[in-house]
Amino acid sequence: MSTVDVVVTGLGATTPLGGDVASTWDAMLAGRSGVGSLTEEWAAQLPVRIGARVAVDPSEIIERVRMRRLDRSEAMAIIAAKQAWADAGLESAGVDPERLAVSFGSGIGGAITLLDQDDILEQSGPRRVSPHTVPMLMPNGPAAYVGLEFGAKAGVRAMASACATGAEAIALGLDLIRLGRADVVVAGSTEAVIHPLPIAGFASMRAMSTRNDDPERASRPWDKNRDGFVLGEGSGAIILERADYAAARGARVYARLAGAGVTSDGYDIVQPDPDCAGGIRAMRMALRDAGLTGADIKHVNAHATSTPAGDMGEIKGIRAAIGDHSVITSTKSMTGHLLGAAGALESIATILAIRDSVVPPTINLDDPDDRLDLDVAAHKARQLDIPAALNNSFGFGGHNVALIFTRP
Amino acid sequence: MATREEITSGLAEILEEVAGVNPDDVAEGKSFTDDLDVDSLSMVEVVVAAEEKFGVKIPDNEVQNLKTVGDAVTYIEANH
Repeated sequence: MSTVDVVVTGLGATTPLGGDVASTWDAMLAGRSGVGSLTEEWAAQLPVRIGARVAVDPSEIIERVRMRRLDRSEAMAIIAAKQAWADAGLESAGVDPERLAVSFGSGIGGAITLLDQDDILEQSGPRRVSPHTVPMLMPNGPAAYVGLEFGAKAGVRAMASACATGAEAIALGLDLIRLGRADVVVAGSTEAVIHPLPIAGFASMRAMSTRNDDPERASRPWDKNRDGFVLGEGSGAIILERADYAAARGARVYARLAGAGVTSDGYDIVQPDPDCAGGIRAMRMALRDAGLTGADIKHVNAHATSTPAGDMGEIKGIRAAIGDHSVITSTKSMTGHLLGAAGALESIATILAIRDSVVPPTINLDDPDDRLDLDVAAHKARQLDIPAALNNSFGFGGHNVALIFTRP
Repeated sequence: MATREEITSGLAEILEEVAGVNPDDVAEGKSFTDDLDVDSLSMVEVVVAAEEKFGVKIPDNEVQNLKTVGDAVTYIEANH
């Protein structure tokens, strides 16, 4: 257990359910799906023609000339981070730039920029390739742009651990404050790869749902008829602060970030360990870090992506590490899978579940897998007193991250 | 042959598209960097777009001499 307390004072998001945290949270509690048909011409040739686009396109927020110089993932990161910054009341707080860090990641980075510029290279030659290409596609671009937005000078860290990126970026933020490297960290992640190549790649792995005729019912974690994940896009950002720093400036506190566990499977590049051994170790590590036991965790926001291979291992893992009393959910049933951004968005859902004493629902769980022996908030949000909750994120590469948030 | 006015107005279109410069601000005496706030990466985009629009070749070692809109107009007028 660390002697340094870290709290969450600001939230920001742009998601398939809404252009900000409030609208996203309202939609989650109402059990709405953000998944729809992909109607672009390029989608017609793909086996997967559904996805979860952001509800508010970044071009509605960021002016045209700036958008030309940003990858879509960077634009979304800036939007979410600015919301979180304002939400935390930091616009006028006068944070010392040398005590302000950023920990912001992406699972895939500026893939759309890379592919679009490659089209230009092929069609028009190298001279037509945009001079903004490199800062648009570099994987540290989102972190760097978020840092520029607020003048952060205590380091801008760019996490990349596939679908665990958002959670691991938050875990790194916790470390940075505990180690005394920063007082305030803008932590989060972003992803924008709804494009034929990433979709074709995931589809070739047979990882994606092909329920093209019924998009809103395609993401169905733990359901017998799940057939893969639905690709989503968006960004989530949270402001982490050393608790005494937040208290001194009179900041409103959503929750404590009480502990984190980060492990790797050492098992396979993409297949999850069927026993969830690495996930169990991450959850137990987070519990020890938080000074809690499994019995204290009343709610788990699970990683569960709606793939046949992945969903049930985590159930075993939660049972082993936490127990069978916790009410679990997969908000991916509504948002789709935001890949690198998932852990940040789901941390926000976990924090708001604590604040509002309610577990958001897992929609589409019509016919639960026979092995599902934990209590899921199926179909409807469930009122629940939640002093402590855990968020799991697992990623290709064998990354496992568990974060524990507690009531302040 | 385009007139100086036509070249200036063509550059103004490019500057608006690439760098968000108000076309009313574009005049021969204006410096790209100091008056119109065009940064070095955007200047590259302006040059490539101008090459295409006016059918000229603007070598990289020439770009540094194009400080003002008037410099660019003169170069394009002489070379297209």
